[in-house]
Amino acid sequence: MTSLYDEVQAAPGEGVPTRRVTIKVNGADRTVDVEPRLLLAHLLRQGLKLTGTHTGCDTSNCGACTILFDGRPIKSCTMLAVQADGHSLETVEGLASASELHPIQEGFKEEHGLHCGFCTPGMMLAAKALLDKNDNPTEDEVRWALSGNLCRCTGYQNIVKSVLWAAEKMRAESK
Amino acid sequence: MYPSRFGYELPKTVEEAVALLDASGGEAKVLAGGQSLVPMMRLRFAAPEMIIDINGIEDLHYNRVEADGTVHIGALCRHEELEDNAAIAKAIPTIAAAAPLVADPIVRTRGTFVGSVCHADPQGDWAATMTALGGHIVAQGPKGKRDIPIADFVIGPFQNTLAFNEIAIEAVIPAPKGVRVGNYLKLERRVGDFATASVAVTLDMNGDTVAYAGIALAGVGGRTINANEAASALVGKKLTAENIASVAAEVAAAAEPRTDHRGSADYKRQIVKTFVERILLGLLNTSQKAA
Repeated sequence: MTSLYDEVQAAPGEGVPTRRVTIKVNGADRTVDVEPRLLLAHLLRQGLKLTGTHTGCDTSNCGACTILFDGRPIKSCTMLAVQADGHSLETVEGLASASELHPIQEGFKEEHGLHCGFCTPGMMLAAKALLDKNDNPTEDEVRWALSGNLCRCTGYQNIVKSVLWAAEKMRAESK
Repeated sequence: MYPSRFGYELPKTVEEAVALLDASGGEAKVLAGGQSLVPMMRLRFAAPEMIIDINGIEDLHYNRVEADGTVHIGALCRHEELEDNAAIAKAIPTIAAAAPLVADPIVRTRGTFVGSVCHADPQGDWAATMTALGGHIVAQGPKGKRDIPIADFVIGPFQNTLAFNEIAIEAVIPAPKGVRVGNYLKLERRVGDFATASVAVTLDMNGDTVAYAGIALAGVGGRTINANEAASALVGKKLTAENIASVAAEVAAAAEPRTDHRGSADYKRQIVKTFVERILLGLLNTSQKAA
């Protein structure tokens, strides 16, 4: 059980109302008490210690905090944690299995799709949302799908290649 | 950054939500998609005492086209549900053209059409689109429902005419007078940035005669620019290169752009003129090919 707003104080002050929520995170139910103003990105990072979800901009611009919410990509810094009650989330920690990388992760490795890596988790989840709907995207479709995610190392070229690499591998695996 | 403290309610019906709003005495905000409200709360531009989250009211999650062409968009219809939507694309081409240009693809999975109209951002794509289409907002309050024409709804920057205890439950776009055509063009430096200029155009065609013309602009003024008066010069006429050029000049004159890092006021006016011409000439060419 976590009861928190870490960035304000370790636990809500006395008398601060909280709500109990149950959220499926990468397949496992997590029950936590949260202050309504806690953002979902902060619950993931500080409350659940899933620090793979990054927060980059504080203005809903950069997409580093992108996760899947019931299978669709959202910016987790722009949703309240209480809104995730009863919903299912997937974060970057949910991509790889115990022994194998997800094809999207492999693609980023093979095609050098990251420099500093800060934007990478968001890029990969946005890419997963695309490939779940369209297993054979064009380069243009990949660029549009990733247009809500910023990379400040200017590495878009290789990021796009990585996603196309992953799409090809996933198509081959599903045959 | 994090919002200041607020109470949180998750009503299951519109009536319950309205009762909560009414009891709040004006200190509550309705949360739908949250893609403008949550960032504003994080930056402390907004600090409501109470958030009334309407995402639990599943009855508000719809978009539908009636047999006569009237379109209803519920308060929880997300932007992305208007993209790649064949029924909407046929009924309102301007909405289909604007949908992929709203914010960015991730914001579009959560943000809502009606919420964006209520937010009344001078940059908002949907407030401009609704203004061109001449639709209305259905507001529900303690005394029931009322229809608010869009021109009386978006009245200034971030200002709408909802009472504190009313919720905008749907947007309604009237049936076309003939065949509805239209387009939306937006110039932005990169996806998700504020637009340099955006132009929404919609026409109802009775054969090759214009039965209704609506034009509105975003990003070129301190409010959504209603250029329907300039557009009305086309009503009762056939589209020609001459009247298109004249309307484009009138619409550009109605814009209220300011010089900033996205360009000079003159440049933005020129973009508006070019976009209006480009859209109308495109519609003229399409109709000539079809004939």
